[in-house]
Amino acid sequence: MSALVEERGGHAHDAAHHDEPGFWRKYVFSQDHKVIGIQYGFTALTFLLFGFTLMMMMRWQLAYPGKPLPLIGGLLGEGQASGGIMLPEFYNQLGAMHGTIMVFMGIVPLAVGAFGNFVVPLQIGAPDMAFPKLNMASYWFYFVGGVTMLASFFAPGGAANSGWTSYPPLADIATAGQTWWLVGMLFLIFSSLLGATNFLVTIIQLRAPGLTWFRLPFFVWAQFVTSFLLLLAFPALQAAAILQFMDRVAGTSFFLPEGLVVSGKALEVAGGGSPLLWQHLFWFLAHPEVYVLILPAFGIVAEIIANNTRKPLFGYRSMVYALIFVGFMSFIVWSHHMFLTGMGTAISTFFQTTTMIISIPSVIILSALFLSLWGGSIRFNTPMLFALAFLPMFGIGGLTGLPLGLAAADIHLHDTYYVIGHFHYVVAPGTIFAMFAGIYYWFPKVTGKKMNELLGKIHFWPSFLFINGVFMPMFWQGLAGVSRRLYDGGQQYAHAQDVLWLNEVMSVSAWCLGLAQIPFVVNFFWSMAKGKRVADNHWQATTLEWAAAPSPPIPHGNFAQVPTVVRGPYEYSVPEAPAAFLTQNGDAAEEAA
Amino acid sequence: MQIPYTVEPRPDTGLFNAKLGIWLFLASEVMLFGALFSSYVLLRTGATSWPHGSEYLNVWLATLNTLILIGSSVTMVMSWASLKLGDFKKYRLYMGLTILAGLGFMVVKGFEYGAKFEHHLYPSTNTFLAIYFTLTGLHGLHVLGGMIVNGYFWGPGSKLWRRDPERFANRIEVAGLYWHFVDLVWIFLFPTLYLL
Amino acid sequence: MSGHDVEAIRRQTRTYVLVFAALATLTVVTVAASRLHLATGMTIAVALFIAAVKGSLVAGYFMHLLDERRAIYWLLALTVVFFIVLMTIPLGTEGNTIGVRHGTG
Repeated sequence: MSALVEERGGHAHDAAHHDEPGFWRKYVFSQDHKVIGIQYGFTALTFLLFGFTLMMMMRWQLAYPGKPLPLIGGLLGEGQASGGIMLPEFYNQLGAMHGTIMVFMGIVPLAVGAFGNFVVPLQIGAPDMAFPKLNMASYWFYFVGGVTMLASFFAPGGAANSGWTSYPPLADIATAGQTWWLVGMLFLIFSSLLGATNFLVTIIQLRAPGLTWFRLPFFVWAQFVTSFLLLLAFPALQAAAILQFMDRVAGTSFFLPEGLVVSGKALEVAGGGSPLLWQHLFWFLAHPEVYVLILPAFGIVAEIIANNTRKPLFGYRSMVYALIFVGFMSFIVWSHHMFLTGMGTAISTFFQTTTMIISIPSVIILSALFLSLWGGSIRFNTPMLFALAFLPMFGIGGLTGLPLGLAAADIHLHDTYYVIGHFHYVVAPGTIFAMFAGIYYWFPKVTGKKMNELLGKIHFWPSFLFINGVFMPMFWQGLAGVSRRLYDGGQQYAHAQDVLWLNEVMSVSAWCLGLAQIPFVVNFFWSMAKGKRVADNHWQATTLEWAAAPSPPIPHGNFAQVPTVVRGPYEYSVPEAPAAFLTQNGDAAEEAA
Repeated sequence: MQIPYTVEPRPDTGLFNAKLGIWLFLASEVMLFGALFSSYVLLRTGATSWPHGSEYLNVWLATLNTLILIGSSVTMVMSWASLKLGDFKKYRLYMGLTILAGLGFMVVKGFEYGAKFEHHLYPSTNTFLAIYFTLTGLHGLHVLGGMIVNGYFWGPGSKLWRRDPERFANRIEVAGLYWHFVDLVWIFLFPTLYLL
Repeated sequence: MSGHDVEAIRRQTRTYVLVFAALATLTVVTVAASRLHLATGMTIAVALFIAAVKGSLVAGYFMHLLDERRAIYWLLALTVVFFIVLMTIPLGTEGNTIGVRHGTG
């Protein structure tokens, strides 16, 4: 082991004599996990902004059905918005692409590709990921997949418009954009598979000396389980996408039953297929996928809470076991998305049971995070505000999931706005808040500068207010029976009349939420250029990325020398050094006054 | 700083990085082909009628292909063993045979597909043919991919042998694991599609 | 991993040839078995059983799984569990469906 340490140290000396790579190798086709992480970050944030814009357009149509869209209306073509008034076909495109972009091109690449790539090697004391070339490849596959998805808006008939869930038979016979969606998905999935492999090998093989499994920061555990989910669940959607591609391009009938009639004419296909087959394959992935969306968020929030309460996480071990359990269970709950497809009571009971059971580890993790606040010396900086807000928001999202997981209640709630409210609570004020927390938290590590605290708070408070304004009313509309994916927001339904006024509330909240992001964007770029330089361990944290690497880390290899880990990840305010904290690799450090 | 355990194994796991990496990738491939097999099962159990494989497919050609692919697995592992014994010439011979076997497999497959198309039997004809073409097509693409990788290691990639023989042998082991997996998938595909 | 010394590799080589012989034989057996007119359930069981044996030989000897490390076993065990889930549970939703069974129009 020591020989290895010398060899690595020796090579670091040689690295200084390597030829400096040119611009393209350094910043575009880089194999360095930090550069790749930043690439993922910028690309994902751009896609997130785009996906958000699509939603803001949809919300105009929902609040003021049939009224021309201001500003953008004039820019849209006749095929999208006749006279500036959004067409139903275009509304469907916006809906399908909003979901697709946010989930597959926004959150996962940000949570895993950006945060995972940048932070994990640093937190485990590794010089890079295990397979740097594979890492680079996985970013470019993501990029190509993302561009394909965006380009689909220009396909004849526009982008995919059969929901992000692409259910056949509709998706099988939909316009050309759906084929682009399938091709884009294949690229995005392949990118994730390469990434997942890389993360797993990195975490298993490249942990620094002394970094045993139960000394790992919770963030690394979260990324570890997430990568298993990606590795073993995504192939099912790959298979499904291939089959749907064959249906659309080669005329097969994997998902088309015989006797299907479209617009009065019998469809000329062999038939014999099953629309439910798609649903099984899709949800086999898409359920683990929602845990892919939340687990990295748990990881980020855990790090920030431990750091800003100046005390160890409560129940770290239980949280880890809960993480592993939730990962495993996530593979056997998927048909709770299919309760209304006509399955028998025996199997539906099975899925209800597993779904109820899976809520337990989530509650354990959330409770442990809440309990971690007890007796803490809380610092209310911007990352902590977002991390704290995450807790009750995820709580609401999780609790509202329970009626959906019970088949009887789901009969009333399935495909209503209640579902949209539920999942947005977990992903938007849930995961996205955690993402913001992570950006504010790790910004000093990436850049060596800090973001402005005042602007951070101006970003946080309106965002918190308006995001609730967007999603809370959805539960009311859903309970009243307003279906999702309605172009007119429920106008035509007698049972929806009493709750229609909420459409305007939600839309105005959404636009204000959009405005509330401006301080963030300004802060982000201003701080990058002109932000105040800070110390290497700005947050006085215990984990290796703060304690053992400079800010920003050394370009080749991250650390001046290989760190040796001697203790757990959250030794804050320990008895031996009550006013201080013990880093994972070193001696006690004094807290700044 | 060097990335550790690229060649020598990590003591507690006993693995070098690429070996763990390829097994993880193969796990995802098990799920990919598994999803397609699951589709086969669902489609077949839901069908009012389902042809016996031999009604549409040539069992003898496929049996030949099975033997070709199994043979190529032997030559693949022999090419790795030759490297472990330090015999580069033998390695090249066996790897060359592996690539040729792969080519043979693809040629036979080409005959099979060609015969179908001549009889106007396409993926769109019925669900059996749809899943047949999709499963064997995807498998064929994997064979092609393996041939390209093996071809690279037979040709320009083999230069690594002179610089770092242990690292090169590890690469061939990893490539071999992929190739054996492709063989393994066919071992299940063959009876499922042709004999049932 | 079994030893890298010359003798060990030579012994392994012999094993590979024997395994090939076994695999070739089993291939012939599986084709022959398919020509016996067994009940559908039996035909499937026999074919899958032989395939499983062949697959185990390839995995165990060619892929060196018999000498492989625990980490790999655990990974494969986990994968197999989910593979079985994917193969069997969707079928469960097809059984005792309410109303019309798909495929019968």
